[in-house]
Amino acid sequence: MLSISLVAEEVFTVGNFPVTNSLLTMWIGIVLVSLTVIVGMSRARLVPRGLQLILESIYTFFLNLCESVLEDKKQALRAVPFITTIFLFVFAANIFSIIPGVGSIGFYKGAHESTEQYIAHAAELPPADMPEAVDEAHENSAAVGAGHEGETFVPLFRPASADLNMTFALAIISVVVIQIVGFKSLGIGYLKKFFNFKSPITFFVGILELISEFAKIISFAFRLFGNIFAGEVLLTVMLMLVPYFVPIPFYGLELFVALIQAFVFAMLTLVFIKLAMISHAEEH
Amino acid sequence: MEQEGLKLIAMAIAAGFGAIGPGIGIGILVGRALEAIGRNPDAASKIQTNMILGIAFTEAIMIFALVVALIIRFVE
Repeated sequence: MLSISLVAEEVFTVGNFPVTNSLLTMWIGIVLVSLTVIVGMSRARLVPRGLQLILESIYTFFLNLCESVLEDKKQALRAVPFITTIFLFVFAANIFSIIPGVGSIGFYKGAHESTEQYIAHAAELPPADMPEAVDEAHENSAAVGAGHEGETFVPLFRPASADLNMTFALAIISVVVIQIVGFKSLGIGYLKKFFNFKSPITFFVGILELISEFAKIISFAFRLFGNIFAGEVLLTVMLMLVPYFVPIPFYGLELFVALIQAFVFAMLTLVFIKLAMISHAEEH
Repeated sequence: MEQEGLKLIAMAIAAGFGAIGPGIGIGILVGRALEAIGRNPDAASKIQTNMILGIAFTEAIMIFALVVALIIRFVE
């Protein structure tokens, strides 16, 4: 049976702090990205080669992007570290969804330990009144690993973006940065966007702007989480339906989605930063 | 058992109806983008990048519906 869990499973605890599989994968991603950058830039040459060339072209790409959106070289130089960091981090978090072993390597946990978190499992199928379902469950659990009935499978790794906690945290960071940039460039006048008592219409528009500021967090978080989680589910279902060859194009699709979503997250943050820097008076 | 069946129906409705709007949206989006490329083939790369960005945003709405469907199914 499919083992799809909406929440990240706990792998082990450090003191009282539960370490989930998505957090573990995120740490690995952070270490890998840091190592890549450190190794690539440790022997930096004037004429870049190899890894340094790749890293520098990523940086230049985002510098050009920031410059074209913000229309100011100085501000682009200040924005580009944040934007590039978001891109690299989200990409590193996404790319784990297509690495083999992520989601399939794991261990079995006893049924007595908090099963309510683990869902859609063979063991939870109704036992008595549906004989064929039980047969199917037996077959499937035998396929997954014989003799593990009543236990739940806990994957050791899980893509960090497939955990709503991580995407929500990232969305909050990005929206807070947008507000800070707004206050920095417009001063206290930034609040005029949200609280404007000139006329009832402007007041109402301000309230809408305020709500949309919070809606940004939710849409950021759910876009990334939904895309990567849906990709995971898609791959799991395809692998269950046709185990050989057919899932290969879907891996390509997931690679594309991982790249596009990382870019969309960075790009949207950049565009919202630009919007926060413009006052309403200038707009009209 | 009945509760479970209702949940499955609710999930199917949420995902199915959620797919209608973005489906139409992506159709219009790509159609217009191809029209624009046909008119001005030199701008193809620029239009393509923006088209993919637009598709990603439109697709996100479908993904919201999918997340709602998955939450209906899997969250007790």
